[in-house]
Amino acid sequence: MIEIRGVWKTFNQPVLRGLDLTIPAGCLYGLIGPGASGKSVLIKSIVGLMRPERGQIIVDGQDILQLSELELQSFRTRFGIAFQNNALFDHLTVNENIAFPLRRLYKNMTEQQVMQRVADRLNVVSLSTFGDRMPANLSGGQKKRVGVARATVANAPILLYDEPAAGLDPVTSQKIFDLLKQEKGDATVLMVSSDLDRLLTVTDRVGMIYQGRMIFDGTTKEAQESTDPYVKQFVHGLVEGPL
Amino acid sequence: MSAPADTGAPPAAGVAFQMGNSILEIAETAGGMAILLGRVSTRIVRAAVDWAELKKNMYKMAVKSTPIVVVTALFVGAIAVIQAAPMVQQYGAYGLLGWGAGFGTLRELGPLLTALMLSGRVGANNTAELGTMVVTEQLDAMRILAIDPLAFLIAPRVVAIVLTLVIATIYADALALIGCMLAGKIMLGVDFAMFINSLTAGLLNFGDVAHGLIKSVTFGLMMATASCYFGVAVKGGAPGVGRAVNSAVVASATGIFILDYLVSFVIG
Repeated sequence: MIEIRGVWKTFNQPVLRGLDLTIPAGCLYGLIGPGASGKSVLIKSIVGLMRPERGQIIVDGQDILQLSELELQSFRTRFGIAFQNNALFDHLTVNENIAFPLRRLYKNMTEQQVMQRVADRLNVVSLSTFGDRMPANLSGGQKKRVGVARATVANAPILLYDEPAAGLDPVTSQKIFDLLKQEKGDATVLMVSSDLDRLLTVTDRVGMIYQGRMIFDGTTKEAQESTDPYVKQFVHGLVEGPL
Repeated sequence: MSAPADTGAPPAAGVAFQMGNSILEIAETAGGMAILLGRVSTRIVRAAVDWAELKKNMYKMAVKSTPIVVVTALFVGAIAVIQAAPMVQQYGAYGLLGWGAGFGTLRELGPLLTALMLSGRVGANNTAELGTMVVTEQLDAMRILAIDPLAFLIAPRVVAIVLTLVIATIYADALALIGCMLAGKIMLGVDFAMFINSLTAGLLNFGDVAHGLIKSVTFGLMMATASCYFGVAVKGGAPGVGRAVNSAVVASATGIFILDYLVSFVIG
């Protein structure tokens, strides 16, 4: 479970303005909102890459803002994350990218077990024969799938996906979302995406962030049927409206 | 009443403000580099360095730099003889050519020119790689995977750059002396035996070699710290990477010359 209470984060001006959000354990939560509304900042704050000035971010009962950098480093093993631009290590092969967290964090795993797990992940994302390729030799969709394989390789209980289908064609995009749903398991998942048509096909709950605050939190059905002018305009992609 | 003539000179307060800003920027950069070097040193002392990354970087930096160092060193030796030739001929000091070449090469030219060459090749490449990793969030990904980027990425690069520079300086010294010997034979007719005799007759000793190697260690630390610091401090996407590479090369070269003076002054 992730609880965010009254979080403020400021750069030149406030980006998160007292944001409150609760993501129940095991939920696949979709976070939506216009560009520059604070979605990526929120994800980076949840994993401790950014430190808000005020508020609480409680993950499985632990306020991560109270943790030291060293404590945070070990706490981060609970997270799997896929970045908007994939963040694959471009000096490592696909196999090495996916094996990276296992080799560094699970010293008790044998090399055979690591490679077995990597092969399993590559099989799941339909890239079984791509293990020896470098990231630079993959298409956008293939990179996304490798990112998903790396995010899920350590069976982390919390998965964060920042724009998992950005820049992909509609068919590949739908395949990525189906894959994320399929690979969710028991994990708590927070997914940020602007591709609402596909995002809403997989989420359990949806929240909308606008100008650094949550202006909607409900089930996917409630989001689709919302009469709130901001939510309605954004979810249905209307030109006319307050946004 | 006519307006005062515009001399084109900025107001004194503006100049003072800009100078103050520049001094603060230099202090911030120097402080940041010192902190980075301190934090990397703790990883090296604790042997928390990724050995696979170290090996990979040693290959990329040391082995792949061999051709450029070979060519540079050979020509440095030959150029030294071209510059010395008129004096050697005027005074008939053929027997001192080996000593002169060895003194200048081992203590100054070898370490300095090798460092400047590698600063352009290895240092700039290192900054570009780290900068690209920063703008593509690879360092953030590493942190989230609970990996310490200082131990995994930075410390191996610092060690590899220092070792590369020391090794490259040793063989650059040897090759520059061979260049001197060949040029001396071709231009001045100095026998190889006479050259080697003047090189080993006792005027030069291990202290001269150590002098150059101490310099190469300090140059390596300077280059490694500057290239890593500017790499991890990149802001502003791809243009930021370009600016960082430029800053790293300038800072490395400036630092190398300052250190050259200080080391020469301190150890004589």
